[in-house]
Amino acid sequence: MTQFTFVDILTNLLWASRWTLLLSLAAFAGGGLLALGLLFAAIGRARWPGRLVRLYVEIFQGTPLLMQLFLAFFGLGLLGIDVSPWLAACAALILWSAAFLVEIWRGCVMAIGRGQWEASAALGMGYAAQMRHVVLPQALRLAVPPTVGFSVQVVKGTALTSIIGFLELTKAGTVLSNASFQPFTVFGLVALIYFALCFPLSVGARRLERKLNVAH
Amino acid sequence: MSLIEIAGLRKSFGSTEVLRGIDLSVASGEVVAIIGRSGSGKSTLLRCINGLESPDAGAITVAGEALGTGEARLRALRLKVGMIFQQFNLFPHKTAGQNVMLARQVVRGHPRAEAEALARRMLNRVGLGAKFDAYPAQLSGGQQQRVAIARALAMEPLALLCDEVTSALDPELVGEVLGVVRELAAEGMTLIMVTHEMAFAREVCDRVVFMHEGRVHEVGPPAEIFAEPRTPELRAFVARGH
Repeated sequence: MTQFTFVDILTNLLWASRWTLLLSLAAFAGGGLLALGLLFAAIGRARWPGRLVRLYVEIFQGTPLLMQLFLAFFGLGLLGIDVSPWLAACAALILWSAAFLVEIWRGCVMAIGRGQWEASAALGMGYAAQMRHVVLPQALRLAVPPTVGFSVQVVKGTALTSIIGFLELTKAGTVLSNASFQPFTVFGLVALIYFALCFPLSVGARRLERKLNVAH
Repeated sequence: MSLIEIAGLRKSFGSTEVLRGIDLSVASGEVVAIIGRSGSGKSTLLRCINGLESPDAGAITVAGEALGTGEARLRALRLKVGMIFQQFNLFPHKTAGQNVMLARQVVRGHPRAEAEALARRMLNRVGLGAKFDAYPAQLSGGQQQRVAIARALAMEPLALLCDEVTSALDPELVGEVLGVVRELAAEGMTLIMVTHEMAFAREVCDRVVFMHEGRVHEVGPPAEIFAEPRTPELRAFVARGH
């Protein structure tokens, strides 16, 4: 039987964590893009698109991410569509993070006071000009800290994809722990690596929050 | 011919009727003060004139054109009537100069250099030429309100609506803003101002409109309104030392 040294375990975990990183980036970027599209539907003046976004958000915020992963992986399989764990993980995480990001961003747009809308309307600006020049630039400033903060949730959310067999950090930890019989060392290291990924993000979010607040 | 013509204007919020049939006409170059207790409908009337509130009934005509409901007509109206708010409502992410330039560029489509030259002229006019690059947060309330006036003037409106423009200011800053308004009046700008500054209304305005419970209760030149109020409501209002 193979003996696992500490260095073996660590290198294997670090090697696997690139998938955690990649999946986080894909989920965050894809979720961000999707959320941006949903945002314009949500804050537009037509009613129906806004209601549909509302429904979407309720569904994805109101069910566990784990169920969403199961549905993406097994559900699509039942329909005869063969999905790899990577694809299912990506799809579920993108849909999930978009549901949270669009709510965060919608809140930031709503936070821009009525006075800003009225002042720009009184100057003769139309809806598009108001959005582009007055509301969105201010909302963007509000949105940066909570958005960076949410990225921490995305990184931790990727851990669940181990259940559908995607070999990222947590899955690698499970495999290594089964093979090495050193669960405490392995999962201790797994936790430390997650922390190393998330800590800079939360520090960054805090710094940005302070910096952007001062600017006003 | 009058510049602004209001006839039979009604507006309700829920079950509360705030404006109960307002008739008022304002001539070009006239300076009109609207006074009255809070809740009498002064601000709502002002906000109807530039379409921030849409009336339930009645007609508003500005420079011969009726206030419509479509966005294009609303925007056309707003180019004729500027508005200054109690809370200034400057764009906090833009400098004083950019605040004044923005609508000129975006709405009128003027090139940057032209808008900037105009913005500098307008800021000079309100005595803030040196604050072109300052952000609103770096300015005092009085200075912010003067930038807001410059911003409205940059659109070259036919009339300016002033909604309690000094009510959010510290007492020592009221004078500088009223000074600018006084100059505008002297230059012949048509002004409709909701105000609590009775001394100012008396000194600067051609006509004072006293509103009470959603109606124009009494109208007249300031000397008459303040010295010989005809109705008990106005008498009570004046006596309370507003």
